[in-house]
Amino acid sequence: MITLENVSKAYSTGAPALNNVSLKIEAGEFVFVVGDSGSGKSTLIKLLLRELLPTSGKIMVNDIDVASLRHKQIPKYRRKLGVVFQDFRLLKDRNVYENVAFAQRIVQTPTKEIKKNVPSILSTVGLAGKYKAKPKQLSGGEQQRVALARALVNNPPILLADEPTGNLDPKNSWEIMKLLEEINERGTTVLVVTHNREIVNAMKKRVITMNKGVIVNDEKEGTYIDEI
Amino acid sequence: MTRRKVHTSMRFSTLIYTIKQGIVNIFRNKWYSLASMATISACLFMFGIFYSLVANFQYIVKEAQDGVAVTVFFDEGISDDRIAEIGSLIEKRAEVSHINFVSADAAWESFKDDYLGEYADGFGDDNPLPNSANYEVYLNDVSMQDSLVTYVESLDGVRRVNRSEVTANTLSGMNKLIGYASAGIIIILLAVSIFLISNTVTIGISVRKEEINIMKYIGATDFFVRAPFVIEGMLIGLAGSVLPLAIIYVIYNNVIAYVSTRFSMLSQLLKFLTVDQVFQVLMPISLIIGIGIGFFGSFSTVRKHIRV
Repeated sequence: MITLENVSKAYSTGAPALNNVSLKIEAGEFVFVVGDSGSGKSTLIKLLLRELLPTSGKIMVNDIDVASLRHKQIPKYRRKLGVVFQDFRLLKDRNVYENVAFAQRIVQTPTKEIKKNVPSILSTVGLAGKYKAKPKQLSGGEQQRVALARALVNNPPILLADEPTGNLDPKNSWEIMKLLEEINERGTTVLVVTHNREIVNAMKKRVITMNKGVIVNDEKEGTYIDEI
Repeated sequence: MTRRKVHTSMRFSTLIYTIKQGIVNIFRNKWYSLASMATISACLFMFGIFYSLVANFQYIVKEAQDGVAVTVFFDEGISDDRIAEIGSLIEKRAEVSHINFVSADAAWESFKDDYLGEYADGFGDDNPLPNSANYEVYLNDVSMQDSLVTYVESLDGVRRVNRSEVTANTLSGMNKLIGYASAGIIIILLAVSIFLISNTVTIGISVRKEEINIMKYIGATDFFVRAPFVIEGMLIGLAGSVLPLAIIYVIYNNVIAYVSTRFSMLSQLLKFLTVDQVFQVLMPISLIIGIGIGFFGSFSTVRKHIRV
């Protein structure tokens, strides 16, 4: 489902952010990517989102060669990836319903279906009663759930989560991780970049550890490794 | 979770949604919308006022030009047929707007009225100006007077051609001066307007860069991101151009009425354009500028932020 072959990414200044990285993630897997700041985790997410292009190597996602996509093909590609960010990135001037419905609008889902799908996904993330609220009226945990609902409403086969619990307290962090686990159990491949040691150690999922742009450990039912 | 159908072709509901978003965005960002509208209105108001002044000035000069005529007198004993021939030859010339035949009797009557008054009675029924039949030739453009006079003088049967060189040269020079000066000022005014309006639009959209990024991350096409901004820009441009047009429409009529009553001597000499005549040009130009700047300003600014 996701394959990286000898992928490197160098920025104009400094050491390469990714250095000859190869990895394979199968459909339906739940994978944590951990590592210190500057280890290359965020660069990995940006490459998968096709926000950045690799300096060398090949990235395949859903049988698509990501680097060879033309600008016009990128939106269609991104619709196959749900994405959640640490800072939620909700449209601040729209309410919960509109934020989630927006993801359906861009794939031109008929309004009738949107009216059915959005309440359904909001109830899945536990926000059925807050569809009229604006993001600033919600707690961090609730905002992240809205972001999750938006990422999932089009049923993407892959969900990318970049530090999804980074701005949340432990209780909300756990609730979000439980949701991600449920989503994974329903068949979605989930890739979570995180710093949260407690969660990684408790969930017993595959853990890919990165350091200075290199994968230093890749373990099924792994744990958070501090010192490499 | 069941896989839901994904539609790829452009739907009518998507089009409606896009237009609706454009309208809703205006109210969501009301301060930015107001600032943009005010900038567009102020610039187009200045433009409209200046255009109205220039258009009237040019109209007055044109009216004065239209009154300038070349007078063509004929040889003694010329036949009526030859006079008619000369008339049709002159009428065919590109420089000529229209011609007017004045018979010897009509010329004498006019002379009597203008210069003799009651003293003309002494002449009885005699016409002391038997060779004063003439054509008054009115020109399309007084700067063409020389070429016409040269041509008419070369015609058989033409005795003399009277012209008003000083008036023609003055009006022609004035017309050119107004033309160049107004073109220069209008270009500067337009450039300043475009700069100010584009800047306002650019700032308004740059503030919403994050919104554009989010849309792109979740798979919105450039069109889907851009369309509401462009519609918003065009609507702001439309509103921004309608307001100064409405104000100018009202004050123009009042100013003309004021000038006509307050300076009645002036209004007898000068004819002003009606508001409808001014608006035939001003309205389409203002609307095109307002909507056009709204369109291009938002289109190009969103493009800068869309490459995510």
